[in-house]
Amino acid sequence: MSDPADLTIAAAGRALRAGDVTARDLLEAVRRRASMTESQLHNYLTLDAAGAEETAETADAAFAAGEDRGPLQGIPIAVKDNMVTRGLETTCSSRILAGYEPPYDATAVARLRRCGAVLVGKTNLDEFAMGSSTENSAYGPTRNPWNPDRVPGGSSGGSAGAVAVGSALGALGSDTGGSIRQPASLCGIVGMKPTYGLVSRFGLIAFASSLDQIGPIARTVDDAVTLFEAIAGHDPADATSYRGEVPEIRPTLDAGIDGLRVGVIEELSGEGIDPEVAEACAAMVDRLEGAGATVEHLSLPSCEHALSAYYLIAPAECSANLARFDGVRYGPRLAGDTVEQMMAATRRDGFGPEVTRRILLGTYALSAGYYEAFYGQAQRVRTMVIRDFEAAYERVDVLVSPTSPSTAFPIGDRTADPLSMYLSDLCTIPSNLLGQPGISVPIGLDADGLPIGLQVLAPALGEAVLFRAAKAVESLAGFDHRPALASSEGAA
Amino acid sequence: MPPVPIDIDIAKVARLARVGLTAEEMERYGAQLGVILEHAARIQALPTEDVPPTAHPLPMVNAFRPDEVSDTLDREEVLSQAPEREGPYFRVPPFLEES
Repeated sequence: MSDPADLTIAAAGRALRAGDVTARDLLEAVRRRASMTESQLHNYLTLDAAGAEETAETADAAFAAGEDRGPLQGIPIAVKDNMVTRGLETTCSSRILAGYEPPYDATAVARLRRCGAVLVGKTNLDEFAMGSSTENSAYGPTRNPWNPDRVPGGSSGGSAGAVAVGSALGALGSDTGGSIRQPASLCGIVGMKPTYGLVSRFGLIAFASSLDQIGPIARTVDDAVTLFEAIAGHDPADATSYRGEVPEIRPTLDAGIDGLRVGVIEELSGEGIDPEVAEACAAMVDRLEGAGATVEHLSLPSCEHALSAYYLIAPAECSANLARFDGVRYGPRLAGDTVEQMMAATRRDGFGPEVTRRILLGTYALSAGYYEAFYGQAQRVRTMVIRDFEAAYERVDVLVSPTSPSTAFPIGDRTADPLSMYLSDLCTIPSNLLGQPGISVPIGLDADGLPIGLQVLAPALGEAVLFRAAKAVESLAGFDHRPALASSEGAA
Repeated sequence: MPPVPIDIDIAKVARLARVGLTAEEMERYGAQLGVILEHAARIQALPTEDVPPTAHPLPMVNAFRPDEVSDTLDREEVLSQAPEREGPYFRVPPFLEES
């Protein structure tokens, strides 16, 4: 058998049940891959050596006793370090949470544990998930496994990189403006943001509460469905958690693209999109049409304003959420004569430049006299975007666009210019404002050998048609490339 | 396009946000915020008089749950993360002046 670190979750599950491999073997395989790649890529902040071994042994004992908790039992999974894990350091890649050992597990993490998944460790991110390159980490950047001179995307860059290179078989990320889909695209794997409310946010350290959503990162659409099924569902601990039934995916997953109406978003097809990326996406749309889809090109003029609205709404919510990091209950504290001086010193030292910038921006946008002009207006524009998409979904079943306007860009390329970094999220931001699901599927490589992703979007609770269309794209693309580092020879 | 208030009183904003900044940092962040706000303020020209604001993507109101006693976090485990504590309390510097 090939290296178990290169198995999909589905194949590893079959191998476990056939007795060809143990959970312990899988864990050792991904750890071997991590030890070969971490010094170069830095996907992980913390590896849970003892905890993972114990869970793997529990899983093997369960298999031996004929107990089966489903497709994730014994599977090594990585978790983004903005989800709290009881007793395991959780930093959000920020100095302000250095050394923090949470007293509880996030609901999504608890659900993975209940399924028997083996939590390998916590992955690197842009500090508090604010960024599109995983360069804004207080503990150093993560690098792209396809080319270490490039960014892996962000903010879930560590989770995406770990799955791409095989130091985990799947991972959890979080997506506030594209933070699952964009790094998945730049790393040549699958990343999915569920409908707002389908996955509990309890224990996800909040960035922008009306936009944040946890979702799966995997090498195949099928594996992403497996992770989605494990973490989705109502949670009384999250007041915004959806109370209805989770959409059923499997019955229609393999139904193909034939008979589906596919809309191409005009505003995300030309200007601002790298020509090579635009061409690859257009070619895939042609193939979808050839496979039986009805294709329609649609104009969604409000897309242009979504980015502006987002960069007022997200910082506003961030400035409120991050008020809790004040040196009182957790994290390091800097001395001050008064409580206000202590807080100002602690926060100045604890937050990096991008987080500070967004806190200041949000504080300004919410301050007296400016609230209506900025935050109020942004919320009205949010309604305009929602109406545009509602009209589109009267004509089509799914929408498609590039996931990212470009492939992986060089490390350091956009750090000096916040606005150019923000433009990385052009195509992904609308679905967060809408609360609707989206997925990125790899469809090819550019001339530099870097992956290109196609984004599929669907209406709220439209996960069944979303995954169905994504699986059709995946089979048409036949993308079976892996980064050179994902092999013992490549990493040597 | 209407004029944009990019003359930000950054010292006031920093104080409201409880972030201590040096004069040099204030100048740098002030300039960056001006550029970002100039871009964001493009939406101020959009006709939104008749458009209601959306605060939340899904139309959900009043998430009720049963009023039942359940486990809470262990106090010692929570306090173990505090930078300073005194008995069962978080300890902070004085925030009221003596009269």
